[in-house]
Amino acid sequence: MNNQARISKVKIATCSLAGCFGCHTSLLDIDERLFDLLGMVEFDRSPFTDIKHCGPCDIGIVEGGVSNAENARVLREFRDNCKVLVAIGPCAITGNVPALRNNIDLWDCFQEVYLYDPGTEGNQIPNDPELPLPFDKVYPIYEVVKVDYFLNGCPPSPDAIWNFLTDLIEGRKPEIDYKLLRYD
Amino acid sequence: MNKAITIDGKTLPFEDGQTIMDAALTAGVYIPRLCHNPELKPHGSCKLCVVNANGRNVTSCTMPASDGMVVTNNTPELNEDRKALVQMLFVEGNHICPACEASGNCQLQAAGYYLRMESPHFTHFYPPRRVDASHPDIFLDLNRCILCELCVRASRDIDKKNVFGISGRGIDSHLVVNSESGRLGDTNMAVTDKAAHICPTGAILIKRKGYTIPIGKRTFDQKTLSEFHLGQVKQPEPDGE
Ligand code: SF4
Ligand code: SF4
Ligand code: FES
Repeated sequence: MNNQARISKVKIATCSLAGCFGCHTSLLDIDERLFDLLGMVEFDRSPFTDIKHCGPCDIGIVEGGVSNAENARVLREFRDNCKVLVAIGPCAITGNVPALRNNIDLWDCFQEVYLYDPGTEGNQIPNDPELPLPFDKVYPIYEVVKVDYFLNGCPPSPDAIWNFLTDLIEGRKPEIDYKLLRYD
Repeated sequence: MNKAITIDGKTLPFEDGQTIMDAALTAGVYIPRLCHNPELKPHGSCKLCVVNANGRNVTSCTMPASDGMVVTNNTPELNEDRKALVQMLFVEGNHICPACEASGNCQLQAAGYYLRMESPHFTHFYPPRRVDASHPDIFLDLNRCILCELCVRASRDIDKKNVFGISGRGIDSHLVVNSESGRLGDTNMAVTDKAAHICPTGAILIKRKGYTIPIGKRTFDQKTLSEFHLGQVKQPEPDGE
């Protein structure tokens, strides 16, 4: 491990857009290495901190694709503030399962889910102004902003995340071992 | 006197009628491929097997070897081109690997791994494609079809049934089923047909076999695409043309 004195810790922000939090869960699965990680980094905006907006950061890690206007806003905020932006997991990289709706008309989708689905009561399509505007399709984040690195796997294994993060934190270009490169 | 070509500086003998791909395969030299299967006549459509032969880029699965030919194959430039082809195949269809039964057994996916594809890079088409579950034993999911025509050739040349064909041109090309309704259930395709087992992706799947082999224990969990392809030996005679 690189033991050069660190004047300030590496700042990391993370978020989940149209994802399932599985990538974040896999990050927590690095288990006791979390202590090493916390020795090296400080979390800015992230589900781990409850900070609402992303400030200037070294690394931004984005899980999930862009499914609505709020996702797009958060993603731009990350790109504007993070020196290095990482797409983690196939939802951020290809759209993945949320993108199954991409060749179904949005209105048909809404009707199916909120009006016709058995067991729905009151049968109304949600229309509160607080709700983010859904997009016609779910987009991989690299189709919206520039992405510097991709970490595959649904979710990436804790080892893949650990190797990737330590490479980045210690200033190396992340090398993804053949065995850890997976799209599923 | 044996005739020979060189690939990346290595001398490989060949027999008349062999392609560059055949000669490489016989010698255990790997040239990436998707639409070629040594059991069938070459088709030359995926372009993954493009090599440089005497200064020109050619598809090695269709190009006959000729004495003294100088071939380059495993170069960063050619592998970058191959990666771009695989990326295009990914964005042209709907490949949701985490939700695909072929994951781990799929050659398109394994080609991505072999070529170190980290993202599909291009803009996704998300095309509307058909799923045909009409056959009692076989699923046909066109979302994952890469138009390699392996099923077309296997059904025509091995099964002698002609169940599949390609229709349309350019970006509108698509796989069609040769029955009046266009449905697989209305053909005489059987689960024992070669065509049912030759698809390199998850476009043709056998029903009631889902996840009998768990993720993590599948073909490409054990070997790379090159190990897998080099293990596929040519079975029938070289087609004497
Ligand atoms: S066919 Fe292959 S590449 Fe396509 S989704 Fe299935 S596993 Fe992935
Ligand atoms: S269904 Fe499979 S074998 Fe047939 S053309 Fe498509 S990808 Fe190739
Ligand atoms: S393998 Fe030669 S063109 Fe596809």
